[in-house]
Amino acid sequence: MRVVIAEDLHLLREGLAHLLEAHGLTVVAAVESGPELADALVRERPDVAVVDVRLPPTFTDEGLQASLAARRRFPGLPVLVLSQHVEQLYARELLADGTGAVGYLLKDRVFNGAQFVDAVRRVAAGGTAMDPEVIARLLARNAGNEPVGRLTPRERDVLELMAEGRSNAAIAQRLHLSDSAVGKHTAGIFAKLGLAPSDDDNRRVLAVLAFLNSR
Amino acid sequence: MDQIGTVRTVLRGAALLGVAVLGQVVAAVALVGVLLSFLIGLVFVFFPTVRLVRAMTRLSRRLARDWAGAAVDEPYLPPPAPPRPLPGGWYRDGRTLYRTPRVPAGKQRWAWLVRDPATWRDLGFLAVDVWSGGLLAGAPVILVALGAVQLAHGDMVGLAWPLLALVTARWYAPWAVRAYGLFACALLGPTERARLARQVADLTRTRTDVVDSQAAELRRIERDLHDGAQARLVAIGMTIGAAEELIDSDPAAAKALLVKARDASATALRELRRLVRGIHPPVLAERGLGDAVRALALDTPLRAHVTVELPGRLDTPLESAAYFAVSELLANAVRHGGASEASIDVSAHGTSLRITVTDDGRGGADASRGTGLTGVERRLAAFDGVLAVSSPVGGPTTAVVELPRAVPSARPPAATWRTIVAAVCWGLCWLPIFPQGLVAGAFKIVGMSERSWFLALYLPGSFQWPTILGMIVLGSAMLVTGITLSAGHGQNTGDDA
Repeated sequence: MRVVIAEDLHLLREGLAHLLEAHGLTVVAAVESGPELADALVRERPDVAVVDVRLPPTFTDEGLQASLAARRRFPGLPVLVLSQHVEQLYARELLADGTGAVGYLLKDRVFNGAQFVDAVRRVAAGGTAMDPEVIARLLARNAGNEPVGRLTPRERDVLELMAEGRSNAAIAQRLHLSDSAVGKHTAGIFAKLGLAPSDDDNRRVLAVLAFLNSR
Repeated sequence: MDQIGTVRTVLRGAALLGVAVLGQVVAAVALVGVLLSFLIGLVFVFFPTVRLVRAMTRLSRRLARDWAGAAVDEPYLPPPAPPRPLPGGWYRDGRTLYRTPRVPAGKQRWAWLVRDPATWRDLGFLAVDVWSGGLLAGAPVILVALGAVQLAHGDMVGLAWPLLALVTARWYAPWAVRAYGLFACALLGPTERARLARQVADLTRTRTDVVDSQAAELRRIERDLHDGAQARLVAIGMTIGAAEELIDSDPAAAKALLVKARDASATALRELRRLVRGIHPPVLAERGLGDAVRALALDTPLRAHVTVELPGRLDTPLESAAYFAVSELLANAVRHGGASEASIDVSAHGTSLRITVTDDGRGGADASRGTGLTGVERRLAAFDGVLAVSSPVGGPTTAVVELPRAVPSARPPAATWRTIVAAVCWGLCWLPIFPQGLVAGAFKIVGMSERSWFLALYLPGSFQWPTILGMIVLGSAMLVTGITLSAGHGQNTGDDA
């Protein structure tokens, strides 16, 4: 799997490259600025890009903008955005095109190498990886609203993990439930939220995120 | 529509004249009051006299503002603080002690009123108002009255005055009312000295506030770093050191320690993130005020609607002050107002930035009570910004933040030559149009032998009509130029207002 990394801090860039290569991914380019990233995304067309939001030369949201621009040009180009802080606003912008294959995680999540690489792979495969903090705030905003408020505590747990972008199997493992129990909760959630059920994990996640973001 | 406007303006001019006449009466009464208090020593008469004068000038100021569009600030010195009792409950004035605060307070008020030049300027305004501003504004009505009197005496010349008033009212009346505004501004507004004195007092206060709050803020940040991230980093270093020693003898324990170190570093990061958010929110640095407010709206539990109309990025410190103002207002709406919905409007009005936050909460917010709002006000004051909160009990609460000179003006101010040319065009366009053009033409048509000072009538016959037409064209061109130039300029200053 071919990866492009964009991160301006040398230490972190090397660390990320190490981590990903140790898990069998190939880093085809490790760049440190917005323009270089835009170049590399077009030139390499990687299977996934791991991008820091704040990059030189402006040190604003250069990385995010370059990623969004590349995704406009190549819809569905998988991008995992890393940041020192997460904003629902940015998450919305990444999800806005509805094609999935996006991730948005706090930089701390690289502490857990295995989980982080799992997120990278998920994004590369067209799935989503949203930071638990984004989802927690998204759910907090929706908590008082009618359909979300009617979910059982268990269903909320499942919804939270599903919105992060995890598959049914991963949710089952996380919550120590059987696959069929998770399937039942998922069906319950979709019925309460008034969403059309779907067997495809990715499409289901996008539907849930779109629902939560719509209010 | 235009006619109605003219009639209204004429009536306003008449009302201004009426107010000026009333002012004359008040001035006479006030003069008696002042003489009584200064010559005979009836000091107590002075206070109601000044109150009366101020009430009268307040009316004039309001009319000048509402009708002539001239914002006249109150020029008065701030009133003295009420006297404080000594520990024994007595009140001191000089070397005398009083049982009640009445006498010391009265003396303070006396000094305050007598020493304020605005007291005497007010009196001067009331004395001259009717003879200058009032006469100017009420001229059309005076003309009509004059005509009526003459007609009543059977003098047909009396017909000319109302006609003159009728013909000129359309141009004259608005100009006269505006001129009244300038007059009121000159006499009733604060003098440059009073304005500067007030500004110095304001700046001194805001500077002290800013320095104080900045020092307190830095102290808080220092404490947070010291007790939080710094302490955690020390702990992490120690844990890693311990793991290093154990790694050969007890790999499992070393691993457990490393996990602990990792968790501690995650906690440290979380704390730093929270701290950074309080100093300067990253989204504000990355995206500017508009998106930062949108991000805020997404994070509040309220259903918040955001509209942003800004030309670009603003100054960083100013953006920050505006952001924290919105943040505090939203937090207040949730905490105290019990609101469920809010709308936030961020827009540039000329060069000033206006932010309106409205919520559907219980209302009853009081800027003077809540420490949060006071903090917001202080922070805004450093940029000459103000916060106005309207929060009737039962809601809704509307808070407006206004920051002047916040938005870089898109257009450069009108060049001086523009202003001069416009003024000349406006000032002189009547000359070619009326006397030299239309009136001369009328004379020629009627065949009057009188040539007066009409240039065309002194020229040889074949040049007369072309000159007259040329004059009219010239005058019209000047009028159009004047309108065009001041319209462009007006748009500019209109935005600035």
